[in-house]
Amino acid sequence: MTAVAHPLRISRWVGAPLAGALLASLLLAAPIRLLGLPLPEPVTLMAPAFAWAMIRPSVSPALALLGGGLALDGLWGTPAGLWALALLAAYLPVLALRNTLAGQSTAVLWVWYALSCLIAQSVGWLIIVWVAGAAPSLVAAGLQWLSTVLLFPVAALLIEYFRDADVRFR
Amino acid sequence: MSFRDNPFGEIRLPLLLGAAAAAIVALIIAFAVLMVDRRQTYQTGAYNALRKVSDEVLAPVTGAVAAPVRWAGGVAEGIGGYFFAASENRRLRAELTAAQAWRERAVALAAENARYRALLGLSVDPPVPMVTARAVGESRGPYANTRLINAGSDRGVRVGHPVLSENGLVGRVIGVSPRVSRILMLTDAASRTPVMIQRTRARAILTGDGGWAPELAYLRGRDAARDGDLVLTSGDGGVLPQGITVGRVVRGVDGGWRVRLASDAAPIDFIRVLLFEDFVKLEDLRAMNLPSPPPPPTAILQGIGPPASAGAPAGKPQKAQP
Repeated sequence: MTAVAHPLRISRWVGAPLAGALLASLLLAAPIRLLGLPLPEPVTLMAPAFAWAMIRPSVSPALALLGGGLALDGLWGTPAGLWALALLAAYLPVLALRNTLAGQSTAVLWVWYALSCLIAQSVGWLIIVWVAGAAPSLVAAGLQWLSTVLLFPVAALLIEYFRDADVRFR
Repeated sequence: MSFRDNPFGEIRLPLLLGAAAAAIVALIIAFAVLMVDRRQTYQTGAYNALRKVSDEVLAPVTGAVAAPVRWAGGVAEGIGGYFFAASENRRLRAELTAAQAWRERAVALAAENARYRALLGLSVDPPVPMVTARAVGESRGPYANTRLINAGSDRGVRVGHPVLSENGLVGRVIGVSPRVSRILMLTDAASRTPVMIQRTRARAILTGDGGWAPELAYLRGRDAARDGDLVLTSGDGGVLPQGITVGRVVRGVDGGWRVRLASDAAPIDFIRVLLFEDFVKLEDLRAMNLPSPPPPPTAILQGIGPPASAGAPAGKPQKAQP
């Protein structure tokens, strides 16, 4: 099977995933219950954040994570800057380790993705402890982490889609 | 030439460095935004202009996005209601029979209470006006539990007003825009609410942590709480009216007392905002803070006689000293 290289236009590999993640967060913010249970609230931007670091190093993902994080803060009512800091803190280690991670199996990448989600959750947790002076529930934080980890297939799909887009970063 | 030895190999490092530098700059900007946001909150309790704008933009968008899902939920509920109408009817009849007995008892108690109040000369809290609104967006994560509602300052909503669902207290208003307000839920990590246990009148502070059941902090006394005790607002501090239903006491997995919120019994879609002003504020505080008049001069007191506590003699009004 021949892999098709998709061109790396910013609107395609950064803009579209960013818009999709924010739209998904907006949908999940609807005040409704399904089967008596509230909807989950995963950090949807974590999937593109991981994929962007894996696809290629670039300036635009950092700016997208800053803007997207601030938008999430506006949507969820968290202190402004919390999710931008958390997402960037998770993005940087993956960017630094991208040569090591390239070519790993999907299962191994999933573990690394879970670790990067853990970094983001930890940063958010520490910021709330600092700002509100109270420790948020670890169970609630764990549930959000779990629902975010389950979004890895989206990140894997993005990585697969743009993997051969730029020969310099194969 | 192998594939790895491509001619662009040498530009990999600068690109990586550029990306890392951009991420670090973005990190610094995000941290600065966090500091500015925190400073504004602490300085004035202000709900800054950016948040007002974002709430105003988000409310109609989330409302429109949620509409189809809400309609679908309504249709599903209608279908369920159709199929379970007979059993629902039986249950409601039984409830009505039980409620009729309680109604007679409640009417008698209300009349008795009114008579006692009249005899004792007690002043009761004035009725509180309220505004009904619809929740158009929510966040349920561990770091923020808030809701956007479609009523703002144009309908008299102000920061601090308590918010109720049909089952009990939901939270209080923390930000107001002209047509939209943001509510801090009781479960938010920043939420602190003075409450009491109805059975023992023991006071506590309901402390949110982002989980489903907020903690009862600073609960004092022996046997102050038991599983299933009703928790009400205490009204301490004048922030909330007294006696609003909050929930039931449950034992947490950590062994501490927590509260299963009454408002969780049903989806919180329509809510009421109590346009409640602290009853203390109803007094004329300026008049209360005026300096008290000075005591009468000793010469007058000597002329009156020793029982100074008896006050001035009748027909001789005292003159206040300048």
